[in-house]
Amino acid sequence: MAEIKLESIRKSYGRTEVIHGIDAEISDGEFIVIVGPSGCGKSTLLRMVAGLESITSGDIHIGDRVVNRLEPRERDIAMVFQNYALYPHMSVFDNMAYGLKIANVPKAEIQARVAEAARMLELEPYLDRKPRQLSGGQRQRVAMGRAIVRKPAVFLFDEPLSNLDAKLRVQMRLEIKALQRKLGVTALYVTHDQVEAMTLADRMIVMNGGVAEQIGAPLDVYANPATLFVAGFIGSPPMNVLSHDIRPGRGALDPGAVIGVRPEHIDLVAPGAGLIDLDVAFCEPLGAETLVHGTTAAGDKLVVRIDGEVELPADGTRIGLSIDPARILVFDASGRRIET
Amino acid sequence: MEKRVVFDNRWLPYLLVAPQLLVTFVFFFWPAGQAIYQSAFIPDPFGLKTQFVGLGNFEYLFGNRYYRESFLTTAVFSVLVTVSAMSFALWLAVLADRVIKGSSAYRTLLIWPYAVAPAIAGVLWLFMFNPFTGIIAWMLAQLGYTWNHTLDGGQAMALVVAASAWKQISYNFLFFLAGLQAIPKSVIEAAAIDGASFWRRFWTIVFPLLSPTTFFLLVVNIIYAFFDTFGVIHTITKGGPEQSTTILVYKVFSDGFVGQDLGSSAAQSVILLGLVGVLTVVQFRFIERRVHY
Repeated sequence: MAEIKLESIRKSYGRTEVIHGIDAEISDGEFIVIVGPSGCGKSTLLRMVAGLESITSGDIHIGDRVVNRLEPRERDIAMVFQNYALYPHMSVFDNMAYGLKIANVPKAEIQARVAEAARMLELEPYLDRKPRQLSGGQRQRVAMGRAIVRKPAVFLFDEPLSNLDAKLRVQMRLEIKALQRKLGVTALYVTHDQVEAMTLADRMIVMNGGVAEQIGAPLDVYANPATLFVAGFIGSPPMNVLSHDIRPGRGALDPGAVIGVRPEHIDLVAPGAGLIDLDVAFCEPLGAETLVHGTTAAGDKLVVRIDGEVELPADGTRIGLSIDPARILVFDASGRRIET
Repeated sequence: MEKRVVFDNRWLPYLLVAPQLLVTFVFFFWPAGQAIYQSAFIPDPFGLKTQFVGLGNFEYLFGNRYYRESFLTTAVFSVLVTVSAMSFALWLAVLADRVIKGSSAYRTLLIWPYAVAPAIAGVLWLFMFNPFTGIIAWMLAQLGYTWNHTLDGGQAMALVVAASAWKQISYNFLFFLAGLQAIPKSVIEAAAIDGASFWRRFWTIVFPLLSPTTFFLLVVNIIYAFFDTFGVIHTITKGGPEQSTTILVYKVFSDGFVGQDLGSSAAQSVILLGLVGVLTVVQFRFIERRVHY
């Protein structure tokens, strides 16, 4: 177990810089999720922590060591890959025992540790099978088992659930969380799925274009996004973005600035009775909730999330929107949040 | 999933396989049948009559010291060619797999020797090792080592092995490189994180995952060493000195077409045919089983 410290980490391929200086401090036992769209550099960052990519500048500390120049095996980490990366010619047992054999752990202890991990992950009936004889979820568990048996200081996960179907993904998400809690190991988890990020993270690092846009606890990031990008990326449907200020008694916004409102912070009222009116384009009833899509008078598209049992407004009608002005966020032309 | 086509016309499937069957029949079954037939006869010295001798040709062959020695020569030769051609090619492929810049130029250059005909490859090596004018023979002489493969059977063997292996390395290299590149990078990375050093990864992960390629090349290389090296041996040593490089296929040629003993030559062809058949079956039965994971 260990804390991790990233100090102005940069990465360049030739002249192209892909990670532009990331700082983060991760405390012992914390579950950190790095989330961002594809190509934002999140996997590269994880691979730099793992030692699979070199660090162009900056320092990575794991525990009390600077690991920049250490080989992956010297960093006391374990990693779960997106495609699991199981050794196809080895049985489940051998897959999990491989790292221990290399570390010259005594045979009896290898047996005990693999058996313990197999019990925890419900893999006991499959220890003699080869990876190709397992289902996706079982392979995923073997990959986890391989990480667990080595008792590393840090777990690294590189989109471990993206090859699973939706139902299994939800189940494995819970298992990963439970396992990490139980073992108390520091975990760094990369995903592009903001639901995974919200549910798993103690704190999350939202990345975009090689920069950490915001680091914080999921609900805090959700409620107080630091940038327009974070506001749009975290939350589904994303935050509504309007090009003109609808708050009462305010003048025009600075050029390029926008305001944002979460879909659930809007209530439907009679036309003219709210801050603004909306022409309803269509509704998406999802059961527990309904999404009302429409266009404002100024031409901005907007989504409202309402309770599933409220009667749906008909397509093409005009409705009023009531919004608590305190819930309205303002972002400047560069996308930074402005406190007002 | 199995994919089968059902033909409405009864004769169409036969028509479709006919060209392949025809080629196999004309160039394999017919000559093989002829060899089996002729192996039971000996022709008279003028080639006017043949006399049926049953298994007499075979009896004579197995009682013949030179023929028995040729077996040993073939075994030594094909093991040396196969092992050196494959291990050297694997080494080159592992190195080439790590090259990023200019890898395509590098690969193309390594593939060139495959385009050289066996006889020409033989002549190239002969020029370099000619005891009187060859540059490498001269260099060896400067180092105090006398090179004369026309007198020294061991040196002759070394030379034909080197020339034969050299030609086959390109082919093996291509397959090994493709095999290496087909191994998922993340598996290697997982092994690195698990603590395996480069060599440990190579022997415990890469080499086992490469085994289908290795097995395929083993079969191909042994068959190459048995048959396709004829041109190399014919140009460099002609089987000499004192039959020290006369492998079985070369003896078929020299007894049949130089010695004009067609019956014996045919019998040798039959033995060779059986031998390669048995070797291939053994390889598939006992080795192939262990390479699939």
